[in-house]
Amino acid sequence: MKPVAFRYERPESIEEAMALLAEHGDEAKVLAGGQSLLPVLNMRLLRPSVLVDINCVLQLDNVAHENGSLRVGALARQADRRLLDVPLLADCLPHVGHFVTRNRGTVCGSIAHGDAAAELPLALTLLGGSVVAASARGRREIAAADFFVTHFTTQLAPDELVVETVWPSVDDGWAYAFEELAQRHGDFALCAVAAAARGSELRIALGAVVDRPTVLEVDPEAPAASAAAQVEPYGNLHASAAYLRNLVRVLVDRAAARAREQGT
Amino acid sequence: MCSTQPEQAFPPISCPEQPNPVSDTDWSLRTDPERTAIRRTAAPVIDVAVTVNGKRYRETVEPRLLLSDFLRHTLGLTGTHVGCEHGVCGACTVLLDGVSVRSCLLLAAQADGAELVTVEGLAQNGELNPLQAAFRECHALQCGFCTPGILMAATDLLSRGRPSRDEIADLLSGHLCRCTGYEPIVEAIAKATER
Repeated sequence: MKPVAFRYERPESIEEAMALLAEHGDEAKVLAGGQSLLPVLNMRLLRPSVLVDINCVLQLDNVAHENGSLRVGALARQADRRLLDVPLLADCLPHVGHFVTRNRGTVCGSIAHGDAAAELPLALTLLGGSVVAASARGRREIAAADFFVTHFTTQLAPDELVVETVWPSVDDGWAYAFEELAQRHGDFALCAVAAAARGSELRIALGAVVDRPTVLEVDPEAPAASAAAQVEPYGNLHASAAYLRNLVRVLVDRAAARAREQGT
Repeated sequence: MCSTQPEQAFPPISCPEQPNPVSDTDWSLRTDPERTAIRRTAAPVIDVAVTVNGKRYRETVEPRLLLSDFLRHTLGLTGTHVGCEHGVCGACTVLLDGVSVRSCLLLAAQADGAELVTVEGLAQNGELNPLQAAFRECHALQCGFCTPGILMAATDLLSRGRPSRDEIADLLSGHLCRCTGYEPIVEAIAKATER
């Protein structure tokens, strides 16, 4: 339960961080909040030879409104109150870990980690947000719909650093709700649902019962049944496939109802 | 079987006399060859300067040293407890620059320049602070293993205003207590909010 020995680098600029990642590639891991990275280091599931701690890259602490989106820098913590300007984030953040881990854990770190059961990737996908990745080769913006590939796998190249995530926050009449069930509050979700409603329109995205956050085309008249018909959840130690399918039905129903209620 | 003597059930462990050529201070020679090899290739050490409970420390550590182990082993502040080492149990919670964090999910190197408060820093002049006193009055601890972490997280929560009972319960979702039961702990924190 102790990390292996590694070289510890503490860059003070994005350029310096990118140079380190270019030099060490997949031998290096980026340390931001560390609330997912440190557990796997402690358990030695990961054995990086270089750790690039970006906590001293103060340029990355930005949270700013720009063109109808909230741009969230790589060092913005999950407890940052500026995030509450995005209604879906305000609803989903209380489910992310615990009070104490949110003080340290970052929004961008959770996105880069790409856990299919995590709340923030699901929220970014439903909102149609994007990820800004920088490397010595240049900068690119990747739509959330393309960014997440499968469990713990994203489009991010080994030399790329997530510098920002972009959260659409323009008030265009959509109302949002986030629902999940975990064995204990703050645990990994068995199933998570994000919903957006405007008039008769409805958007639903699913997490945890799929290998990456997934937007579903649902029948607005019967969203729960049509969502449940589209997933093939794998049963696990805690819940059977039939239970999870029913959970999709229940949570989609709740999320859709609450999003519509908030829209009125 | 009731008459079985403990001596028979558990024969004393024999400690054959062995000449020990290793001096008490030479730790490197005590490790097996494989571990010694790891030590030789280990990353260089790093200097860490921190203030803990108002006292300043400067130590040289390996980068991989966890903050929890730094507090307990390097500084000898064993009030901070270590349970799971992956952020689930909450026993190792401390304040870092006024904000509660899991010390097992931080490297000591990351605390360089920071101001830390551990459970040892709560009592003033030997007197329990109001939160600690509420824990005693409400019987909010039995074995006390989880208590330091809960006290530090609750200190952070109380510093942000008066929490509701729901907010206290939500805070405790991040702390495992296996003997007291959570009700007296909720009670104690609620009582401390009134002070």
